[in-house]
Amino acid sequence: MSTETLTIGKALNLGLRRAMEDDAKVVLMGEDIGRLGGVFRITDGLQKDFGEDRVVDTPLAEAGILGTAVGLAMRGYRPVCEIQFDGFVFPAYNQIVTQVAKIHARSRGKLAMPIVIRIPFGGGIGAVEHHSESPEAYFAHTAGLKVVAVSNPVDAYWGIQQAIAHPDPIVFLEPKRRYWEKAAVDTDATPDPLFASRVVRGGDDVTVLAYGPMVKTVLQAAEAVAEEGRSLEVIDLRTLSPLDLDPVFESVRRTGRCVVVHEAPVTLGLGAEIAARVTETCFYSLEAPVLRVGGYDTPYPPAKLEEEYLPDLDRVLDAVDRAMGF
Amino acid sequence: MSLSSVTTEVVDPIPGAEAPHLPQQPDLVQLLTPEGERVEHPEYSLSISDDELRGLYRDLVLVRRWDVEATALQRQGELGIWASLLGQEAAQIGAGRALQPDDMAFPTYREHGVAWTRGVDPLDVISLFRGVDNGGWDPVATHFNLYTVVIGAQTLHATGYAMGVQRDGAETAVLAFLGDGATSQGEVNESMIWAASFSAPVVFFCQNNQYAISVPLERQSRVPLYQRAAGFGFPGVRVDGNDVLAVLAVTRAALAAAREGQGPTFIEAFTYRMGAHTTSDDPTRYRLASELEEWKLRDPIARLKVHLSRSGIADHHFFDSVERAADELATRIRSGTVEMPDPPATAMFDSVYAEQTPHLAQQRAAFVAYHESFEGGER
Ligand SMILES: Cc1ncc(C[n+]2csc(CCOP(=O)(O)OP(=O)(O)O)c2C)c(N)n1
Repeated sequence: MSTETLTIGKALNLGLRRAMEDDAKVVLMGEDIGRLGGVFRITDGLQKDFGEDRVVDTPLAEAGILGTAVGLAMRGYRPVCEIQFDGFVFPAYNQIVTQVAKIHARSRGKLAMPIVIRIPFGGGIGAVEHHSESPEAYFAHTAGLKVVAVSNPVDAYWGIQQAIAHPDPIVFLEPKRRYWEKAAVDTDATPDPLFASRVVRGGDDVTVLAYGPMVKTVLQAAEAVAEEGRSLEVIDLRTLSPLDLDPVFESVRRTGRCVVVHEAPVTLGLGAEIAARVTETCFYSLEAPVLRVGGYDTPYPPAKLEEEYLPDLDRVLDAVDRAMGF
Repeated sequence: MSLSSVTTEVVDPIPGAEAPHLPQQPDLVQLLTPEGERVEHPEYSLSISDDELRGLYRDLVLVRRWDVEATALQRQGELGIWASLLGQEAAQIGAGRALQPDDMAFPTYREHGVAWTRGVDPLDVISLFRGVDNGGWDPVATHFNLYTVVIGAQTLHATGYAMGVQRDGAETAVLAFLGDGATSQGEVNESMIWAASFSAPVVFFCQNNQYAISVPLERQSRVPLYQRAAGFGFPGVRVDGNDVLAVLAVTRAALAAAREGQGPTFIEAFTYRMGAHTTSDDPTRYRLASELEEWKLRDPIARLKVHLSRSGIADHHFFDSVERAADELATRIRSGTVEMPDPPATAMFDSVYAEQTPHLAQQRAAFVAYHESFEGGER
C-alpha cells in the first residue's frame, strides 16, 4: 500500500500524470496549462515531462479548445480540456452542447467522444465577476454529457483517471476553493466507481445531499448538530449526470427528511431534479417536503457579498430545522 | 515588411517568433524615440501645445502612481486582485486623450489609464477590485463602458454601439480595447467582420503587451497583429505603444476617419506588460528578467520627461509639482480604499432586472428576515 497526503490540486496533478503514462493518446489542452502549469497549477510540471505536444498551451479561444478536441477525439485521441474558470466555458458552450454532446447519437455510435472538460467551479475565493460560477445544471440538462463533481483528494486522484478512461464526454467539476484541502490518498487502492454517490456520514434524522465544495460545509453542519443530539446522514452525490439516487432513496426511506445543498442558484438547479425524484420515489416515507439550500436567483455577487450568497453552516442548519419542524 | 530580415541586438520581445524589436521596425509609427528624441512621421503629424504635452506627462505619472498604490493595497489585503497597467500608460493615455467627449470607449479590465482620461474616479475602479461592485462609475455619463472580464466580448458591443451611432447620423466614434490574446477569440473576429460589413465607426485598439497571461503572442498569431486587418478589409497600423505622442496621433486619425464615415481601423499598440498579469500571477515562471530590463529602456514616461526637459517645455518646478500631485492622489486612493464601506447585502437582489420579479422580491424579503433573526446574537 502506498499512501500519500495530497491536496485536491496535487491529487489531480498526479492523476493526470498517471492517465498520461497509461495512455499515450491522452492530450491536455488549455490556456496557460503548459509553462505556467495552469493558473491553479493543476498541470504543474506536466509539460516539462510529457512535452509540448501532449500538454498544449492553446490560443485564447475556448470554442477552439472544444471544437478541436472533437476532431482530435475522432482521430482516436483523448483530449482533456482545461477551462480556466467556470465563467469562461460559455464561448465553448455551443461546441459542448451542439457537438460534443450529440456526436455519439448522431453517428449512431460510430463516433465516440472521450473528452474530459475540466472546470474549476464555485465561489468563495474573493474573485471578480465570472470566476465563481456554478454552471453544472446547464450541462446536466444536456443529454449526451456526463457530469461529475469531486469533493476530496481521493476522488480527485481516481476520478480524473476514470473520467479520462471513460468513452463518453464528461464535464469534470473541481471545487476551486477546496483545491488546498488535504487527505491521505492510497494510490494502490481499488477506487469506487465514478458514477456512484457515497454516504459519507451515517445518521437518522435528516438526509443531506451535497457535492463538490458543499460537502465539507455539510459535514461541518452535521458535526455541529451532533452536539445537540441531532444526526444527519450526509451523502456526497459525486455524479450529477447520471444521478445515482438509490442510496439517497434508501436513506430518505429511513430518515423521512431530505435537504439538498449546492452553491448554484436554487431555481432549476440540481436540487429541483433531485427533489422531484425523491418525491416521486419516496412519497410515502416523507415527513417533510424536500428542501433546497442554494445560491439566490441573482448573478453571483461581488466578493464582499459572497459570504451572504453562499450556503454556509447556518443556512444548512436552518433548512435542517425547517425539515424537522414539519 | 519581412519578419526575418530584421536584426535583433535587443532581446526578441516575442521569444522564438523572430519579431522585430522596436527601433528597427519599419512599419512602426513613432514620434518620440525611446531616447526622447522627437521625430517626424510622413503620415502622422501631431500639432500639440506645450500645455498639452505637460498634461500628457502629468497623466502618465498620475496613472502610474495610481497603479503602484493599487498594487500595494492589494499586497496589504485591501484589494482582492489588481490588474496592473505598468508599462502600458502611454498606450492608454494616448488613446484616451484622442477621444472626443461624445466618443464611446469599451475597455477590457486593464484600461485604468483610459478611465482616467474619461474622468472616472479611481476609487470607482478600485471598488471593482476590492469586491464592492462591478465598477462604480456610470458608463453612460462617462462614455466609458464598464470593464468586461470575459475576453473579447466587448468588441462586439462596441461594434453594435457604432452601428447605432451610424443610424443616428451622429458625429461620434467608438474605441474598442482588446489585448493580443483576445484576437484569438471567435467573437473578436466576428466583431471585425461586422464592423467591416457595416462600415461601422469603430476603432479597434489592441494593446499588444506580448503576453496573454503566460502565453506569448506567437501562439495567437503568425503575422504581426496589425496585418490581420487587411484580411477583414480595413486598415491596420502598428504604433509604438510606449510613445504617447504617436499613439495620440494615430488614434486621433483613426477616430476622425471613423467619424467621417470611412469605417473601422485596427491599431496595434506595440508595448509590454512590465508587471505581472495580475497580482495573482507569477511571471518568473514564463519569462526572463532580462526581457523586462530591455523594455525598461523604452519606458513610456522616461522618454517624455527627457523630451520635455531637453526642449525646455518643462523644468524641475513642473516635475516637482507633478510628483506632489501624484503623492496627493496616492494618499486619496489609499484612504478612500481603506474607508470604502461594504455594500449592503441586499444590493445583490436590487438591480437584477429593470422590473423586479415577484419571486426575487420574495427571496429578498426572506433573506432580510433570515438575517434579522440573527440580530442580537444567537438564534
Ligand atoms: C473568455 C475568457 N477566457 C479566459 C479568461 C481568463 N483570462 C483572463 S485575462 C487572460 C489573458 C488575456 O490576454 P490579452 O487579451 O492579451 O490581454 P492582457 O491581459 O494581456 O491585457 C485570460 C486567459 C477570460 N477572462 N475570458
